[in-house]
Amino acid sequence: MIRVLLPPHLRVLVRLGGELQLEVDGADGQVTLRAVLDALEARYPVLCGTIRDHVTQKRRPYLRFFACERDLSNEAPDGPLPEEVAKGREPLLIVGAMAGG
Amino acid sequence: MSAVRVLVGTRKGAFVLESDGKRERWDVRGPFFAGWEIYHVKGSPADPNRVYAAQNTAWFGQLIQRSDDGGKNWQPVGNKFAYEGETGTHLWYDGTPRPWEFTRIWHLEPSPNDPDTVYAGAQDAALFRSTDGGQSWNELTGLRRHPTGTEWQPGAGGLCLHTIILDAARPERIFIAISAAGSFRSDDGGATWRPINRGLRSQGIPDPDAEVGHCVHHVARHAARPDVLFMQKHWDVMRSDDAGETWNEISGNLPTDFGFAIDVHAHEPDTIYVVPIKSDSEHFPLEGMLRVYRSRGGGNEWEALTNGLPQRDCYVNVLRDAMAVDSLDSCGIYFGTTGGQVYFSPDAGDHWSAIVRDLPAVLSVEVQTLK
Repeated sequence: MIRVLLPPHLRVLVRLGGELQLEVDGADGQVTLRAVLDALEARYPVLCGTIRDHVTQKRRPYLRFFACERDLSNEAPDGPLPEEVAKGREPLLIVGAMAGG
Repeated sequence: MSAVRVLVGTRKGAFVLESDGKRERWDVRGPFFAGWEIYHVKGSPADPNRVYAAQNTAWFGQLIQRSDDGGKNWQPVGNKFAYEGETGTHLWYDGTPRPWEFTRIWHLEPSPNDPDTVYAGAQDAALFRSTDGGQSWNELTGLRRHPTGTEWQPGAGGLCLHTIILDAARPERIFIAISAAGSFRSDDGGATWRPINRGLRSQGIPDPDAEVGHCVHHVARHAARPDVLFMQKHWDVMRSDDAGETWNEISGNLPTDFGFAIDVHAHEPDTIYVVPIKSDSEHFPLEGMLRVYRSRGGGNEWEALTNGLPQRDCYVNVLRDAMAVDSLDSCGIYFGTTGGQVYFSPDAGDHWSAIVRDLPAVLSVEVQTLK
C-alpha cells in the first residue's frame, strides 16, 4: 500500500482530508513514480492534468515530489521509489511550490 | 416571478449573486473553487440550470466545472484540452517562433440551443468544443491552422482567445477574437475561418491594412441585429455593420478610447456601454473617477454615467469579460472591478450601486435573467 499526501487544493478535488492510500503493482517489489501517478489518476480521474500534463506526462512546473527527505522531482519517472515509500512506511509527498500570492 | 443570477469569476474563486426581479436584495453565495482563478462562468441559454466554470491555477492547470442546478452544486468535467495534430508555432513577444502551448481557458460560450454544447477559448489561442456537457473537448483546428497563425503574437495577457459569439438563428456562423491577432469569423460552424479586421488601425503595426496583429479586447453584439458588432480594441472603440467585413471608429467624444469591456443594452441595439481606462500603461480610470460611458446612438456621442460610482480616488480596472446586462424590462447593467466590487444599475446606467464590494479581483461577470 502506497501512501500519498496531496497538496490542499487537490485534496479538495478528491474530497479527502489527509493522506490517501493506493494499491500499486510493482515488479520485484519496486514501485515507480509513474505507477503511483497512474494509479492515482485511475482512482481519481479529476486529478488527470493537475499533476502532470495530459499529453506529455511531464510534471507540472510548480509541483514537486518529495519522500524520505529527498526531492524526487527530477528523478526518472520509471526509476524505483525509495523502499520506505514502496513498503508504505513513508508517504510520497506531492507539494505545490511556494510562489505567487 | 422573474429573477436574476449574476455569475462572477474572480482571482480566488467564483461567486453567485441572486435577486428576484426587483433587484433590491441580493444573496451572495461562494466562494466556489476557493483559491483558484475563475476566468469565466457562464450559463446555458437553453437551460439556465446548466452553468459552466473555467477553473485554473498555474500550479494545477485547468479544470472545467459544471453545475446542473444553477450554481448550487458543481462537478468537475473534462479538462483535456489537447491541440490536435502538428502543433506548429506562433510568434513570441520577441518575434521568434514559439510552439503553441496550452495555459488556460479564458472564455466559455454555451450554445444558445443545446445545453450540452459549449465552446471554450484557450490560451495559446485555439477554439475547443464539447458536445457532451464538457466531458470531452475537441479542437476546431481550422482556426489555429489559419495561414496567418504563424504570425500571431500575444498581447500582454498572453495569446488568448477571449471572445466567442454564437448565433442562435445561424449556428454555422461564429465570431471569435484573439489578443493580439484580431477578430475572425467562420460561416461553416468553425471548420474554416477568415480574419475580419479591415478598418482597424493599431499603433505599432506599420501596414495600415494589416490583416492580423490587432489587439482586440472584446466584441459585443445584440442578438436582434446579428451583423452589427461593437468592439473595444486596445485603443479605439469600433463598429461594424456588415458582420465584421469593415470597421469604423466610433470613439467620438470618449475621454480616452482605451479600455477592455463593452456591452449592448438588452432592448436597445444601438445603446452601448464602455468603461474608458486611462491608457495601456495605466490601467485605471482617468482622474480616479469610475465612469461608465453610454452611447444611445450606436457610438460617437457618449455620456458619462457616474451616479453612485466612486468619483475620486478610484484606481481599479474593469476587465474584458467583466460587464454584462440582464433582460428585464428595465435593463440592468453589471460590471466587476479588479478592486472586488460588482456594480449594478437597474435603469440602464442612470443609477449605480454595489452588490458586493470586497470580493477578490473580478475577472468576469455574466448575468442570467430567469423567468
